[in-house]
Amino acid sequence: MQLTLFLIFAVVAVAGAINLLVQRHPIYSALSLVTVMGALAVEYLLLGAEFIAFIQVIVYAGAIMVLFVFVIMVLNAGEVARHPRSKVAAWIGLPVLVLFGVLIVGQVYGNYHQNTLRMGEYLVQTGPIGQSLFHQYLLPFEVTSVLFLVGILGAVVLAARRDDVTDKKTKSVAAGR
Amino acid sequence: MTFFVISLIKCLVVLFILLTAVAYIQLAERKIVGRMQARVGPTRVGPFGLLQPAADAVKFILKEDLTPDTAHKFLYVLAPMLAVVLALLSITVIPIGPIVTLFGVRTPLQITDINVGLLLILGVTSLGVYGVVLAGWSSNSKYSLLGSLRGGSQMISYELSLGLALIGPVMLAGTLSLRGIVEAQRHMHWYILPQLLAFFIYLTAAFAETNRIPFDLPEAEGELGAGYHTEYSAMKFAMFFLAEYVNMITVSCVATLVFLGGWMGPLFGPAFLRALLPVIYFVVKASFFLFLYIWVRGTLPRFRYDQLMSFGWKVLVPLALANILVTSLIVALH
Repeated sequence: MQLTLFLIFAVVAVAGAINLLVQRHPIYSALSLVTVMGALAVEYLLLGAEFIAFIQVIVYAGAIMVLFVFVIMVLNAGEVARHPRSKVAAWIGLPVLVLFGVLIVGQVYGNYHQNTLRMGEYLVQTGPIGQSLFHQYLLPFEVTSVLFLVGILGAVVLAARRDDVTDKKTKSVAAGR
Repeated sequence: MTFFVISLIKCLVVLFILLTAVAYIQLAERKIVGRMQARVGPTRVGPFGLLQPAADAVKFILKEDLTPDTAHKFLYVLAPMLAVVLALLSITVIPIGPIVTLFGVRTPLQITDINVGLLLILGVTSLGVYGVVLAGWSSNSKYSLLGSLRGGSQMISYELSLGLALIGPVMLAGTLSLRGIVEAQRHMHWYILPQLLAFFIYLTAAFAETNRIPFDLPEAEGELGAGYHTEYSAMKFAMFFLAEYVNMITVSCVATLVFLGGWMGPLFGPAFLRALLPVIYFVVKASFFLFLYIWVRGTLPRFRYDQLMSFGWKVLVPLALANILVTSLIVALH
């Protein structure tokens, strides 16, 4: 049962990822990414990591991707024109793709017998997650939050400055007239 | 196998109750708002207009289903489905009573009891934005796009205070399971008392999250036609309608569970009454919130859009954060 569900959602995730690249309209690409996030959340759920699964949905599908879709809507982005494919990309890209595939398969098979994941293995309550975040990983956690704060402040500064510039422009235009 | 059958039966029962409830809440709304405006509301279909919902359903099915030529067909059809499915999804974790034994089967009165139920509801609510946003965009109409832009930014903004307001009670209860939160209120008082501020933040954010007056900017009929669902007709419109009312029910149920002690209340009388009373308490408490929705609709005017945004970000979010800070201090000191 769990293996079947795992396979179904694994296929959904990969199909979503491929669709993301193939689609020509950005909004369909964004929605494919939402599908991938959702399928990943189900995989976490199958491992037993309920908290992570729903946080994945809330943060990635519910917040970040909504903003993506929002921006695409506001900019009213149309279909992306196809550029003639670069030959260099094909020459370098394909071998690198194969190389990566071989590496990943090799890694998975090499470690297969040592670390096997079992379904439902990571079934933990929310409490222990908080415990480890605020004790063992306190410093990385706080540093990450400071990083986010810097990002937010940067966004505010950029948005505010543009307002100032347009204000001055309109003022000078009005004065000129 | 038994688990599967029981779950299926529970889903069907919940779906039936839910759809009936939606139909009659909508009738109650028309009646009550009518009375508030010195009218009588629908009275013609059946005794006291009680069959009006059935007539409405037939009307929705028989109406012509229009699709604008310029619409993005796939998303235009997907959006209302998404809205309904997501609305129905969050009801699965709502418990309406204690664990009972029915026909020799011991089962909780809820479809599934997962230990992060509250997170599931928040997650599904956060996905609910897609229904509104995609509907507005795929309709390819000015009014729809404006409505969905407003709806999207409003729901993202108020979702934040909604989630932050719930953290206080969760810290007091020490669990994210809805059943656990109710059980934690058994020996203590209901969380509305220690978390009064969080309760009002939650209530305000919930009104905004469900796009109801005074926060119904996405469908402000005076300025936007009908907002994000301007272009929708017949059953597709009915699906948005259904989703809105199911969301109202979910939000009321969560408020009941988290702040009003769920199905807790004095138990008395013979055995069957003792078994039935918790469910009755739950329904009464949840109905109060639904009545509040209608009452507010009949009373308050609509916010202006900039007021709405600055209220959400500059008042509700800081208040909710302050509430978390104070609550966590108190919990830590105990």
